[in-house]
Amino acid sequence: MHAGLGHPEVSGNTRHPLAIEARGLVKRFGGTVAVDGVDLAVPEGAIYGILGPNGAGKTTTLRMLLGIIDPDAGLRRVLGHERPHEIARQIGYLPEERGLYPAMKAIEAIAFMGALRGLPLAEGRRRGLELLERHGLGHAAGRQIRQLSKGMAQTVQLLGTLVHRPRLVVLDEPFSGLDALNQGKLEEMIRNLAEAGTTVIFSTHVIAHAERLCQGIAIIAGGKVPFAGPVDEARGRIPPQVRLETRALDGDWRKALPANARREGHFWHFSLPESGVEPLLRALIEGEAGIVTLSIERAGLHDAFVEIAGEAAAQAMNRPGEENPG
Amino acid sequence: MSADRLSLWQAAFVIARRDFTAVLFGRAFLFFLLGPLFPIAVAIMAGGIGQKVVEETGRPEIGIAMEAGDVDAMLAAYVRLAPRLGNALPDLVAMKRLQPGEHFDPPAALKGRQGNIAAILSGSPAVPVLTGPPEAIARWQGPLSLIAAGAIGQEPRDYPQIALDNVKVSAAKERSNRLLLAQMAQMLLFLLTMLLAGMVLSNLVEEKGNKIIEILAAAIPMDAVFLGKLLAMLGISLVGIAVWGGLGGSVLWLGREALPDIATPAVGWPAFLVLGTLYFAMAYLLLGSIFLAIGSLAATVREVQTLSMPVTMMQLLVFFFASFALAQPGTSIELAAIAFPLSSPFAMLARAAQNPALWPHAVALAWQVAAVTLFIRIGAELFRRRVMQSGQGRVPAAPGAWRFWRRARN
Repeated sequence: MHAGLGHPEVSGNTRHPLAIEARGLVKRFGGTVAVDGVDLAVPEGAIYGILGPNGAGKTTTLRMLLGIIDPDAGLRRVLGHERPHEIARQIGYLPEERGLYPAMKAIEAIAFMGALRGLPLAEGRRRGLELLERHGLGHAAGRQIRQLSKGMAQTVQLLGTLVHRPRLVVLDEPFSGLDALNQGKLEEMIRNLAEAGTTVIFSTHVIAHAERLCQGIAIIAGGKVPFAGPVDEARGRIPPQVRLETRALDGDWRKALPANARREGHFWHFSLPESGVEPLLRALIEGEAGIVTLSIERAGLHDAFVEIAGEAAAQAMNRPGEENPG
Repeated sequence: MSADRLSLWQAAFVIARRDFTAVLFGRAFLFFLLGPLFPIAVAIMAGGIGQKVVEETGRPEIGIAMEAGDVDAMLAAYVRLAPRLGNALPDLVAMKRLQPGEHFDPPAALKGRQGNIAAILSGSPAVPVLTGPPEAIARWQGPLSLIAAGAIGQEPRDYPQIALDNVKVSAAKERSNRLLLAQMAQMLLFLLTMLLAGMVLSNLVEEKGNKIIEILAAAIPMDAVFLGKLLAMLGISLVGIAVWGGLGGSVLWLGREALPDIATPAVGWPAFLVLGTLYFAMAYLLLGSIFLAIGSLAATVREVQTLSMPVTMMQLLVFFFASFALAQPGTSIELAAIAFPLSSPFAMLARAAQNPALWPHAVALAWQVAAVTLFIRIGAELFRRRVMQSGQGRVPAAPGAWRFWRRARN
């Protein structure tokens, strides 16, 4: 299936123009199909997440979108161009494998990354210093990369990704390797970018980041995209979850509970029936179940991921907040 | 060029500027500069025992063929003035003490010369005649005039005018000297290109280790990355050559009197040096692009070493091929050496030493530029295909034969 924030064919009907459109992207390496018919539609100015376990095809998809590798089949359009290198000045990219020249000074590293995107060195240094100071790293401007902590070096690289003020920022596993404090700072930075009108697309295997940041997501597993669309739509794939606490453990009222209701002591967990909560409440009251607590919660993105991508893919993903071992 | 991206050359310049400054101000460049010292040191140590012999046998001499009294007077004046003349003049030796009226033919004597006699001073101290190769005797004219003046009396009113009698080196001898020059030039070219191609490979491996290559690949065309790296190392090598050339040239100039005669290349020294620089650039770019392609195929330093070994061996064979071809000018072997891109710079440099025609160099350089362009394109394509195709930790797919080789090794 190929859902999207707006199917490319109907992209003209969407409210926002698309920063990224991909249709049927396929990439094979030898006999292995790494990406198998990926469709994406990322509106301009959105924060968009690509979720999937390691080896799902996230990096390959991003590399195809950026023109680092060409797809074997399918179409891609980035900021309206089919050849992403032609608009390199409008794109910023932070790869999964962080890389900087260890002997280079932080300010020079940022200016160099800007120069790769067409920014004159002097302007790159000026903006680089400004960015470093804004992010509390002004004191490190003259230090060599090898003298910085991992978190600082990662921030320097991210600033290098942004120094030329791109319209589209692509981040591959940006939270990987950062401690909780720096993860929070990065989330804030991403929000600020989007507020300024920059489109941000990032891949992650940590669902919580996507849940907090993204308006749209694509779930990718085994090279395929079983879901692409708004986060709310993903959550809507599974019904709200009911958590019920009763004083009584048995009675006629139990017949009103769905067949899949799971009991833990005095607690019952089940999906909200299609008939709604009213018939259930009536049965519980009339049957004298003794309601202690009743809560109805919308499904989390993690539950939606399990529902959409399957248990195996969910297990391959790390739990929210955990670090990627690979 | 689109306003939204750097052109190929602009992008290559960004890469070249970074690499050039990084290497120039890094430790690697110091080692690069010190590199040639090691073979020189080894040569000095190895040659230590034979040093005296070399000094005795290698230093050119001017033979005096005059009447006995004049010979003695000239030698006495030479001994007196030698400390002041320094290295401006070769040793003066008595070649023949002539009887009054005895006929002596200096050109004939020079052709049948023995030992290190480079020129012959005949006539008399008052009317001396210096016979020898033109480029040498013109240099020695002044100091000999001073010695002749000393031989005539303590304070001569006028310095005697030295008559010069130019003797051309025979055609066969000239050919032989130029052959030697061609061999030396080829050897120098080979050593320099191997040294630099190795450096470019190390640079790429380091870059892969730094994991910055993907940032480059996302921002600019891979052709530009390759081109920039090659140009940076070429720039580094030209700086190195300028430093070493300057130092070496100064040393050679200071000790020029003690140098054996070096043949003038057929195209002349200025053209030979220009062509040498151009052929060095071509040889380096051709080999460097192959090494860069190898760097892109390999995933580890170990693999790089394994893969580069056959190329080094192949380059050695190419060098031998070009060396073999230089001794056979005008044959199909020489033509093949010129046509084959990797041996072409070597063969053409040897040709410049032996053949005065310049137009074949223009053709050969155009051909080599085309080959360099093709090699860089192939290297860049290989890189794009083989390296940027996997996520974290995944081994890139390799060509069949290489996969088999890797499996066999594991």
